[in-house]
Amino acid sequence: MIKLKVNGAARQFDGDPEMPLLWFLRDELNLKGTKFGCGMGLCGACTVHLNGKPARACSTPVSAAANATITTIEGVSPDGSHPVQIAWQDLDVPQCGYCQAGQMMSACALLAKTPKPTDTEIDTAMNGNLCRCGTYLRIRAAIHKAAELTASNNPPKPAPKATRAGARLLPTKGSKK
Amino acid sequence: MKKTNINRRSFLQVTALASGGFMLGLYPKVAALAQSRPTAENALLPSDFISIASNGVVNITSRNPETGQHSLNMLPMLIADELDVDWKDVKIVRPNADYKYGIQFTGGSTATPNNWDPMRQVGAAARQMLIAAAAQSWGVATAECSTASGRVLHKASNRSLGYGELAAKAAMLPVPDLKSLKLKDPKDYKIIGTTTNDVENKDIVTGKPIFGIDVTVPGMLYAVFQKTPVFGGKAISANLDAIKAMKGVKHAFIVEGKPNPSNFPNYLNDDPGLEAGVAIVADSWWAAQSAREKLEVKWDEGKWATLNSVDIAKKADELSKQPAARTLRKDGDVEAVFKSSNVKVVESQYIFPFIAHAPLEPQNCTAHYKDGKLEIWSTSQTPQIGRTIVSRLLGMSESDITIHMVRGGGGFGRRLYNDYMCEAAWISKTVGAPVKVLWTREDDMQHDYYRSGGFQYLKAAVDNAGKLVAWQNHYVGYGEGETFTHAGQVDGGEFPSRFVPNYLMQATVMPLGLKTGALRAPRSNVYSWVYQSFIDELAHAAGKDPVQFRLELLSQGTPGGMNAERMIGVVKLVAEKSGWGKRTLPKGRAMGIGFHYSHRGYFAEVAEVTVSANKKIKVNKVWVAGDIGSQIINVGASENLTQGAVVDGMSEMLQEISLRNGRVVQSNYHQHPMVKMSQTPPIEVHFLKTNNTPTGLGEPALPPILPAISNAIFTATGERIRTLPITKQGFSFA
Repeated sequence: MIKLKVNGAARQFDGDPEMPLLWFLRDELNLKGTKFGCGMGLCGACTVHLNGKPARACSTPVSAAANATITTIEGVSPDGSHPVQIAWQDLDVPQCGYCQAGQMMSACALLAKTPKPTDTEIDTAMNGNLCRCGTYLRIRAAIHKAAELTASNNPPKPAPKATRAGARLLPTKGSKK
Repeated sequence: MKKTNINRRSFLQVTALASGGFMLGLYPKVAALAQSRPTAENALLPSDFISIASNGVVNITSRNPETGQHSLNMLPMLIADELDVDWKDVKIVRPNADYKYGIQFTGGSTATPNNWDPMRQVGAAARQMLIAAAAQSWGVATAECSTASGRVLHKASNRSLGYGELAAKAAMLPVPDLKSLKLKDPKDYKIIGTTTNDVENKDIVTGKPIFGIDVTVPGMLYAVFQKTPVFGGKAISANLDAIKAMKGVKHAFIVEGKPNPSNFPNYLNDDPGLEAGVAIVADSWWAAQSAREKLEVKWDEGKWATLNSVDIAKKADELSKQPAARTLRKDGDVEAVFKSSNVKVVESQYIFPFIAHAPLEPQNCTAHYKDGKLEIWSTSQTPQIGRTIVSRLLGMSESDITIHMVRGGGGFGRRLYNDYMCEAAWISKTVGAPVKVLWTREDDMQHDYYRSGGFQYLKAAVDNAGKLVAWQNHYVGYGEGETFTHAGQVDGGEFPSRFVPNYLMQATVMPLGLKTGALRAPRSNVYSWVYQSFIDELAHAAGKDPVQFRLELLSQGTPGGMNAERMIGVVKLVAEKSGWGKRTLPKGRAMGIGFHYSHRGYFAEVAEVTVSANKKIKVNKVWVAGDIGSQIINVGASENLTQGAVVDGMSEMLQEISLRNGRVVQSNYHQHPMVKMSQTPPIEVHFLKTNNTPTGLGEPALPPILPAISNAIFTATGERIRTLPITKQGFSFA
């Protein structure tokens, strides 16, 4: 029996431990936001956070997520109020939209670590996420905008000493940390 | 987005809505037409597109499939502006596939030309009836009434009524004659020409299940389908009993498929629809896919199992040295010009590969066959055609097949074809349960309708004044007899037909065991690279600036086809915006230009590149100038789509699908790469508004970027790229 936490809820799985996390999320938990693109960790459409770090759910066996904390796009904020989600909507980033959940998960992980990233830092963090429609310029602009939104929501204060794994997402507007 | 499911009852003039409002029932006389394919767009019923709730919320149906082009927004924008309602009051409804909506087709950059008039007319007709209803209520002349923000106004008496209050009455009124409709003066547009963000953005950013792959139906099983690895092959036997014994597997069976035609069908309309293979159906997709890993199939690979790309290339080279099989156009006498002493002759061959569509969402479809009826959830770009093909395959009446349109994770032409729909329908009918068929990326890349590869053998001459005087093209492509493979054809209109007095267009075809199809800007996406690269060679041979040479060429055209004036306009604009010829660039850094006319759109693009000693190309910046008529409908989306076209075109310079023993070699994105964020240049987009009816944007912005970059590489390095992908000559994007 594999136990793990997904978007704050305790979950368990007793099927094939080699099954990729992606199918556990999509077909067992019905969290369809995480997408299947390549099955080999090449495109990033399946990006989730595993203990706060971006991971490719399509090539992460469920067994590798045992006792881990997983965050999917549904866990970023259900109402689209997270700065990354706001920026993505405001700049009308998506064309087909299929890669964007994965893009946003990578962006959230970047911003949690680097609140005000440069273009180069963004490119480095995002190069594993492919966009077949080619919306990269807007994705980059949206990451800058999300950083600004976060900065204006959260005036600078001393960094917390330690953050729990899985709590590294940017705080949503008005959220209490 | 509000999704409604109002049954079509347009025979009634007024239909009560659950929300307490009323549908406007216009044109009831022609309602019967909706039972069959419309013969003309004026058979459209506004009541099928607009319903107004009593609270003033306007539901507008967006008839086209959406795979990322923003047509989901664009079509309702046209209706809403003429209806004169505020965009915030609009709720967009996605319909099923139904001929009552006219043509539901996403492809060929047709959304704008097919909808510009009809959708505006739908909005204007409804507005006119609402005015008539208000005028009648007030006992005033309609001419005294105006509209604004979903209200009819009578300014003389300072009265107004909301559309929600008027809808019921309006629906009872006689319908206006289509010819009597007055459309807005463009200066009065309030929605057209603005930016509206995709109405599904919130669903996208919160991970809602809106894509084809996300569809779930109660009792649904999951299927994988191992297709014949070689085109036209058959499964003779398989270890089905062992597969069926595996955990979670419910069914495993051989699918005979439909015989592949010996000639080259137009796959869009005449797809046999079902390849041969083995279907595995399980209670989860992972169970089905895991079982597939153990699947052992004995194949009859058929006659194409010896097809190899290297042999094809050799054969093309041989054919190029022989007289062409067919002449498609002959003007003047190219041979005589080539023999004359006062011209400079240039000869080149351009070679381009098959490439795959590879939209990020792999092909999938959910189907539920029950009691002689079939329900399908599909991302198809051509749901109506898909229904016809499925009805042929299963021997069903089209009226027994319902197709729900679901957002597609990219199309690029792949979803014009409906093979996944046929598979899901066939498997669901066979097992008697709802089934979701989901392809792996490998399935998707190895069973595509590929952009056709080809070989173009070019020879041309410039005279002493540097003017292009002769052009000869021998295209060696694929097909049989006089039939080219689908979307891999050439014709007598290939550029620079009509712009050069001595012109010869010829073709020879080779047999091919592979499906081909339309990829975003079919033919243009690579012929542009061929023609505009060779024209660049000629400009250099003539000792002329590449922009100047092109402008002179464009000014010597004869009437027919592309409008040279419009192309001259965008070439000049892109030269101006990019500062062409105005800047001195250091060694290894240069600009290149390309232009192309396709899908009614005129585009010229300039790329500035830096090429390192080890042939790494950094595209520093791209400028795009486009002329798609008098009006950009959705400003923000048009920029997004154009920038995406440039990125897409860059990716195509890296891609190749090749054959070994009849099988596609490439299987996933590591072998068929896409440009990444760090490789994406700033892309400046300019539209030249001209007095022409607005046309589409999905495709025409793509083709010129390939030659623009290729030509810049030549100027930077002195090396001409004549084979794609660029990696064949050692180049790559930094």
